[in-house]
Amino acid sequence: MTALLDIRGLTTEFRVNGRWHAAIQDVDLSLAANETLAVVGESGSGKSVTALSTLRLLPQAGARIGRGEILFEGRDLAKLSERQMAKVRGNDIAMIFQEPMTSLNPTMTVGDQIAEVLMIHRGMSHGAALNEARDLLDEVRVPDPARRVTEYPHQFSGGMRQRAMIAIALACRPKVLLADEPTTALDVTVQHQVLTLLDDLKRERGMGVIFITHNLGVVAQIADRVAVMYAGEIVETADCTRLFANPAHPYTEALLRAMPRVDRRADTLEPIPGSVPSITGRPAGCYFAPRCGYARPECGHHPVLGPISGAGGSDHQARCILRAKAEEAA
Amino acid sequence: MTAVTETIPARKPNVLLQTLNRNRLSWVGIGLLALILLSAIFAPLLAPHDPLQQNILNRLEGPSPEFWLGTDSYGRDVLSRLLYGTRVSLLVGFLSVLIAMTVGSAIGIFAGYVGGMVDQLIMGLVDVMLSFPTLLLGLMVAAMLGASLENLIIAIAITETAPFVRIARAPTISAKRKEYVEAGRALGFSPLRIMGVHILPNILSDIVVVASLWMASAIRTEASLSFIGLGVQPPTPTWGGMIREGFENILSSWWLVVFPSLAILLTVLALNILGDALRDAIDPKLKGES
Amino acid sequence: MTGLKVESLKKHFTIGGGFLGGKARTVRAVENVSLSVALGSCVGLVGESGCGKSTASRAILRLEEPTAGRVTFDGIDVASASPAQMRRLRQRMQFIFQDPYASLNSRRSIRKTLEEPLKVHGIGDPAERRDRAEAILSEVGLPQDAMDRFPHEFSGGQRQRIGIARALVLEPDLVVADEPVSALDVSVQAQILRLLDDLRDKRTLSFLFVSHDLGVIRHFCDTTCVMYLGHVVESGPTQEIMDDPAHPYTVLLRQSSPIPDPANRVDPPRIAGEIPSPANPPSGCPFHTRCPRAFAECRESMPAAKEIAPGRQVACHLF
Repeated sequence: MTALLDIRGLTTEFRVNGRWHAAIQDVDLSLAANETLAVVGESGSGKSVTALSTLRLLPQAGARIGRGEILFEGRDLAKLSERQMAKVRGNDIAMIFQEPMTSLNPTMTVGDQIAEVLMIHRGMSHGAALNEARDLLDEVRVPDPARRVTEYPHQFSGGMRQRAMIAIALACRPKVLLADEPTTALDVTVQHQVLTLLDDLKRERGMGVIFITHNLGVVAQIADRVAVMYAGEIVETADCTRLFANPAHPYTEALLRAMPRVDRRADTLEPIPGSVPSITGRPAGCYFAPRCGYARPECGHHPVLGPISGAGGSDHQARCILRAKAEEAA
Repeated sequence: MTAVTETIPARKPNVLLQTLNRNRLSWVGIGLLALILLSAIFAPLLAPHDPLQQNILNRLEGPSPEFWLGTDSYGRDVLSRLLYGTRVSLLVGFLSVLIAMTVGSAIGIFAGYVGGMVDQLIMGLVDVMLSFPTLLLGLMVAAMLGASLENLIIAIAITETAPFVRIARAPTISAKRKEYVEAGRALGFSPLRIMGVHILPNILSDIVVVASLWMASAIRTEASLSFIGLGVQPPTPTWGGMIREGFENILSSWWLVVFPSLAILLTVLALNILGDALRDAIDPKLKGES
Repeated sequence: MTGLKVESLKKHFTIGGGFLGGKARTVRAVENVSLSVALGSCVGLVGESGCGKSTASRAILRLEEPTAGRVTFDGIDVASASPAQMRRLRQRMQFIFQDPYASLNSRRSIRKTLEEPLKVHGIGDPAERRDRAEAILSEVGLPQDAMDRFPHEFSGGQRQRIGIARALVLEPDLVVADEPVSALDVSVQAQILRLLDDLRDKRTLSFLFVSHDLGVIRHFCDTTCVMYLGHVVESGPTQEIMDDPAHPYTVLLRQSSPIPDPANRVDPPRIAGEIPSPANPPSGCPFHTRCPRAFAECRESMPAAKEIAPGRQVACHLF
């Protein structure tokens, strides 16, 4: 499988009090067709900044891509002009957000909003676009699409709005879908429906999906591969099954232990002490060391993301000197 | 026992000052206002002549090295009268707005917090008051009470109470739904305490911004009422009174009307700039757009 | 009877109406909630948005006036309590809010926030109040230099600690907590849950704990009540409800709750519908529009709660 989207060494910086600080640094991600890659982390981990940087949707002032390449089908998106980039957005790579109400225009019918994308990007006539919009709503399993096409966003429930957003995102048959916490605002029974829908769409269309979330339970439900982010860096990446069975980085391990589970009785939760360091206050050495139960003096050196010992043939990598392959640690 | 040791980040600088700093125009407004305030306070020191001293020999003289802004029909120095007039204008503007703000905000917070029929009744009355033109209402009240400084302040305060009810009520309604107000009720705080201690400080900035704009309006109203003779009685110098007196000779002696008008214009302008600057500094939505 | 007892609680709101509001409609936020919280126990109220769990928790403490029903605390009728009685009850029944930022007055220092309840209830002299505020601050794991800071200077988890300290400074017997950890990250959420665990053990507090997260409920509560569209549809010991849910809605909720284990991917019944609006609830059983096992009777009559095992009640025609 060749990578559809290959992000290499991506560093995005924010201006805070007149100085540039890295919000994310040296992020490497690769996404294949028909694959769901979950990027998981707490607030301040840089997971959303990664998605926004990929589509170059960061605010013009106060943010910049410092280093790195964003290769989409061999083209570096970081080097494209704004005009070329506008063609990539929506056409090749689409994005959906957490809050579907604020992303939809309340004064336009849902059908017109989907049709608008089709008319702009695919040059369709209004009539043909509306027909296609109806088919798209049907595809995202909005019941009674012929009637729904003529309705306004406020007539849609939260889950239906998110489906409408997905329909808009899919309108131009993108190869990559970036989903930034798309189910966080939804109730669990509805969340499950939307997750199932995204999984089906990925299979049917062979899309690559980058799914950004803070919820490890959701990751386990939907991901093929997982990247765990902490304080702007990827600290662990592995195949989904492997990551949950053998978490290598102490942060991943601690997150799993801190999460109350519905399927098992845990008398004590193990909280992670302290909080995620701010963008301006990251410690020297390993960023997680101050909160880590395994921290040693060696953790004063900033670790690299590399294969872990006992990874077997898998590409399980972690950013921790204690878990690194013996020959590299030595 | 929890073993967690929490650290709290360092303090942040004052945002209000920063925003004011970013907007240069606001400093022009503040500077102008300070100048006007100083000239009111030090009027006795700054005035070259006695503002009441009549001198028929010097009547209706144009601006000259002795009378910088000329003299009026009684031969009084226009500059000195202008400086003393600042006192009346600022005093009337400030006191009437202070009264209107205090009474209006109290009624507005009460209406917003209690809601229901009481609120509808109060807001009905406010709508009636707002439908009168400010000047007409002031004219009626001043005519009823009789012309004097105190009555002028009261008349203007009454005309400006209704807007403050409006201004205080809207943020109270939104504050009422905030969880910190609900938290106060859960802790058994009295409604009076919640309104005075928890809601008022949180909406005060909204009110103060508007107060500076209404003070400009109060100064205009004072001038208008004085102009039609319902304000402070002669010979006390007021800007509105000076314009009225100068009106008779406007064709030959332009300075009698132009300088007091300019004083009103500058004061109203300075207050409006200040009001807008305060609003920008306080409203987080507008931050970074200056 | 000690502790909290809630019987057939109802809370309806009227929306619209008036001059330009259109036709007035009744939102049946809470239709029928009965539960009891014994001294020292912890009861969970779980459900999705719009089920009325949050409104119920507020109506119990009379932050909203209940439309009907009976709430007693240690035998005292909360709904008919006089203002003086209510003040005394408020000291014993406290509330923790979901949003730790919105629930703190941003213009008051932490010291004022913590001492004010004591002052209002006439407890202690200034020196005693200061001591009690300091004691509660360290009990929730915050340093003393937090006292003269303001809410915006704290992180979300720290603010929730302050919210908890404010609720506990009056030394209540019952705490009603409305989604107290939902706004927090997983690692911080665990810190707050651990803190609440410790406080519960040390102070023999009773909790009514409202949450949408079954995992959090399972961790924290002895007994659970599942709500759907204003009704308690199932209640019983937490562990039994989580491991062997009876009501079809509880089954759906349990199966939809994500588990951090890829080997455990389940496919719950693919129901199309979403939760109906409480302004226009369906006839009969409120869940029949989405229930995979609904039959004719479900559309016609609301099933009464039946005891299916000791301490376990289900409101469903299947039982």
